[in-house]
Amino acid sequence: MNFILILASGVATGTVLLYATVGEIFSERSGILNLGVEGMMLIGAMSAYKTAAATGNAWLGLLVAMLAAGLISQIHAFITITLQADQVISGLALNFLATGISLVLGEGLTSLRDVVPHLPKFSIPGLTQIPWLGGIFFYNQSIMVYIGFLFIPLAWYFINRTRPGMHLRAVGEYPAAADTLGIRVYLLRYLYVFVGGLLAGLAGATISLSISPGWFGGLTTAGQGWIAIGLVIFAQWNPVRAAFGGFTFGALRRLVLDLQGPATILGLANPFYYNVNYGFFLKMLPYIFTVVFLVIGSREANRKRIGSPAALGLPYIRGQRGL
Amino acid sequence: MADISSKSASGWKFPFRIKIENRVDNPPKWLSPVLSLTAVVVALLIGALVIWLGGGKPWAAYTHIAKYSLGSVGVLSDTMVKAIPLMLVGLACSIAFRMKLWNIGAEGQFYLGAFGASLVVLLPILPMEAPKWQFILVTALFGMILGAAWGFIPGFLKARYNVNEIISTLMMNYIAIEWNNYFIYGVWSESGFQMSRMFQKNAWLPRLSDLAKRWPFFGGLTTHFGLVFAVLAAIILWLILSKSKWGYEIRLIGDNPRAAEYAGISIKKNIILVMMVSGALAGLAGSSEIMGVVHRFQGAISPGYGYTGIIIAWLAKLNPLAVILTSILFGALILAGREVQPAGIPTLIQGVIMVALIASDFFYRNRVSITRQVED
Repeated sequence: MNFILILASGVATGTVLLYATVGEIFSERSGILNLGVEGMMLIGAMSAYKTAAATGNAWLGLLVAMLAAGLISQIHAFITITLQADQVISGLALNFLATGISLVLGEGLTSLRDVVPHLPKFSIPGLTQIPWLGGIFFYNQSIMVYIGFLFIPLAWYFINRTRPGMHLRAVGEYPAAADTLGIRVYLLRYLYVFVGGLLAGLAGATISLSISPGWFGGLTTAGQGWIAIGLVIFAQWNPVRAAFGGFTFGALRRLVLDLQGPATILGLANPFYYNVNYGFFLKMLPYIFTVVFLVIGSREANRKRIGSPAALGLPYIRGQRGL
Repeated sequence: MADISSKSASGWKFPFRIKIENRVDNPPKWLSPVLSLTAVVVALLIGALVIWLGGGKPWAAYTHIAKYSLGSVGVLSDTMVKAIPLMLVGLACSIAFRMKLWNIGAEGQFYLGAFGASLVVLLPILPMEAPKWQFILVTALFGMILGAAWGFIPGFLKARYNVNEIISTLMMNYIAIEWNNYFIYGVWSESGFQMSRMFQKNAWLPRLSDLAKRWPFFGGLTTHFGLVFAVLAAIILWLILSKSKWGYEIRLIGDNPRAAEYAGISIKKNIILVMMVSGALAGLAGSSEIMGVVHRFQGAISPGYGYTGIIIAWLAKLNPLAVILTSILFGALILAGREVQPAGIPTLIQGVIMVALIASDFFYRNRVSITRQVED
């Protein structure tokens, strides 16, 4: 087992989670819980793949994926912001709808494997020389991984240090107060649900055009959208922690796949090598990890008294008492 | 609340005035079912549009679904077979959602229920030639116990560590599938195939066709004893939710957790309890599907019943008796939808129905009136 390789592909897998998680952070920071991430990622993966297949241009695929997922997120925005319906149930509905649309429109795409262009992969000269880290983070990675590296500090800076970021937090913490200051609560919530959609679409396109290229129906995302929502809680709505969680999680997922390879691990007989069926327990691990991450995140939040954005999940009704 | 009355620059005036205000009085009794029905019709129209845009034939798809699900006694019986697990998972979702406990894990609890029933036959817990009535009771019991155990885990994590149950129940679904796979591939595999041996006949749930000897009319009908479980469960759940003290507690926690707490109701205890009851119902669905339809332990036993249960519960407004009706509707969709191309259409239609339903709730909570604009 080559641990550098495992960690490197963990970073690649983690990048997908990173985009989806930060997207959900934007949405939740504005007060809107969007459980449709898995479906929006599927929309992104499908439309990216379909567009790239039709035009031969992977970048165009990426753009269409983001717009398509952003567009479908607005259904959730309309239902929860304007119609003030329950955010949990609306997010679940969006999930069904988006999954259904991507399955219908994605019909027959699986067979196109060889003609669809991928996003470029390359090494960053100089940085690859750094011992350990160079091989993990900068050697032969997808361009989406590098964009992700730049994106993390930008997202953190935007939310915590800029005026629009402050408005975003205000809308999610105390919309009534934000409203009296002339911040347009409804508009901003629509906007950040849209941003969440864009990023979920980006995450989906990153899968289908780069990290594990192809369209395999619902298996394309295999629950990563849900894991991303779980990571938001672990990350305590902070993009930097989301990146940490995403990469750790990516590496764990990867490690699970690679554990079946060698006959011995650290000199001990590898049970997963001798009985293939134990592999099913390995496959459970990413999902068990998610639950463990959730427990860690919830306990830490309790201890540090950090909670979710105060108005998360509540509709804002102008002129009514409450948040 | 909001007023949409526009006056364009040219001086033309929108002739109607749309006024939206919060409903203060109780809405009329007929409104809710009428709204739901309208939502379903609108959803089918939107679904048709999407199918057409995707290059399919909407009318052909819909007539196919109607014909091959409700067209004759034979297919109607098959529709009921699909509706049985849906009723039980729909009930599982209803009781949890009533407390605003978002159990999205009925799918995994269904899988564990199937595992529990298989344990009875394959471990074996009952001897091969035990009488049928023992199999009926013990497999149902084990399905419920295993489903409840699967529901207990996220319930406990929520009560103890405040872990979000939406994510944890969903993760438990993926874990359940791998858990079952281990036993299907590794332990009970029949000569290397991805399934166990066929269960002996006396372990099967009785079917309508078993009555054909006396009444030939029932010949070939596959509806099984699980229907009795489902209808009984619906009635019991309805009694619990609307007539019992415990049901009142569940509803109070759902509507106003703070008031419930002041009233001395233990929310944590109820979270665990309701998750377990919900899991037991979904587990019963899995066990009756295995014992009544599949007759062996294998993978791919559910086309997403657990997820469809969410929509069924919502369409039924979390009313256990209404769940029976909405399950039949979705049973028809799943049965006949299997052959409709492209394969995603049933999921798509379910999604559109759910979106339309939630949107229609707006008209339940608000009064929308359209009046002619008065001349100035």
